[in-house]
Amino acid sequence: MAEFKLPKNSQVTIGKSWPRPEGASNVRAFKIYRYDPDTGQNPRIDTYFVDMDSCGPMVLDALIKIKNEIDPTLTFRRSCREGICGSCAMNIDGINRLACIWGMDEIKGDVKIYPLPHMPVVKDLVTDLTHFYAQHASIMPWLETKTNEPAGEWKQSIEDRRKLDGLYECVMCACCSTSCPSYWWNGDRYLGPAALLHAYRWIIDSRDEATGERLDELEDPFKLYRCHTIMNCAQTCPKGLNPAKAIASIKQLMVERRL
Amino acid sequence: MDFRTDRQRVEGLGSAHEGVGHWWSQRITSIALVPLTLLFIFPFARHLGQDYAAVRAAYANPFNAIVALLLIVTVFLHLWQGLQVVIEDYVQGKPARTALLLANTLFCWAMGLVGVFAVARIVFAG
Repeated sequence: MAEFKLPKNSQVTIGKSWPRPEGASNVRAFKIYRYDPDTGQNPRIDTYFVDMDSCGPMVLDALIKIKNEIDPTLTFRRSCREGICGSCAMNIDGINRLACIWGMDEIKGDVKIYPLPHMPVVKDLVTDLTHFYAQHASIMPWLETKTNEPAGEWKQSIEDRRKLDGLYECVMCACCSTSCPSYWWNGDRYLGPAALLHAYRWIIDSRDEATGERLDELEDPFKLYRCHTIMNCAQTCPKGLNPAKAIASIKQLMVERRL
Repeated sequence: MDFRTDRQRVEGLGSAHEGVGHWWSQRITSIALVPLTLLFIFPFARHLGQDYAAVRAAYANPFNAIVALLLIVTVFLHLWQGLQVVIEDYVQGKPARTALLLANTLFCWAMGLVGVFAVARIVFAG
């Protein structure tokens, strides 16, 4: 059966409660998933207290403050701090978000931060995304052409370019794929919403000449048809995209080319 | 040690080049079930509780009999394909998955044929 319970060595225990900041009146508690592969111990939830009067508004601001001032061993990925690199994807308050563009005013009570669900954890909030990236590479994320290269650029009408809106903005943060139950149970073979959104981005590109081959490769009970339009992907996407709709469009094209 | 690359793992055994027929059939049967259920339920409900002769007379009408047959075939086709998806989703491991998929096929086809046989008996044999 699909795994509905965490394996024994992944079950989460209660961790350390770090000291409160002195002389602060506006303090907020952060419950953060900690896992250190070197100790061999189970993951634990540590509690940190942050002085909100001297902290920026985003979840990432608080994480950086904790790392700088309370616990330098807290590990997470971050880079651009403006929602364009996709590095700081994590499960915040039960939903996969980019910590850098998720305001703490959106969260009630303690701030609970976990790594992306159902992924192998490297350390603390850092998950192993090698399989996710390899899946993206497998959908040929580039313009594939057969006509001889034009002297200038491959031209595209304004209307055709518009079809890529809502697709090209994806930053591959993995929030969608790791929120998808189908990806949890069959992620080894199901490509997941992110890779399929990218696949559709090239299928619908008017300049691409490998549309048929792309559809051929996707037509598979597991690669594509594990999507049951659960819509978690669209709900969680920090960029407001709709991978479920892109997948539905691929399924529609599959039918269209047989009718 | 496993020296397979990440890409090799993703490629696996490649695409089965199949699935669109199954998906399309599931949509078609689900839509077809709406009118079929309504067409079936009215004569069925009207004769509910009546004696065998009255029910026989109702299903002597070819329209009622054919609707009943279409409903049974569509229901079991839809059930067969739907359960297949559920099994593929939740059952890991090739032996268990294959065994359950075969059991599903046997069950749905057997039950569907029992239904078809039952209608045929009411209509033809008495």
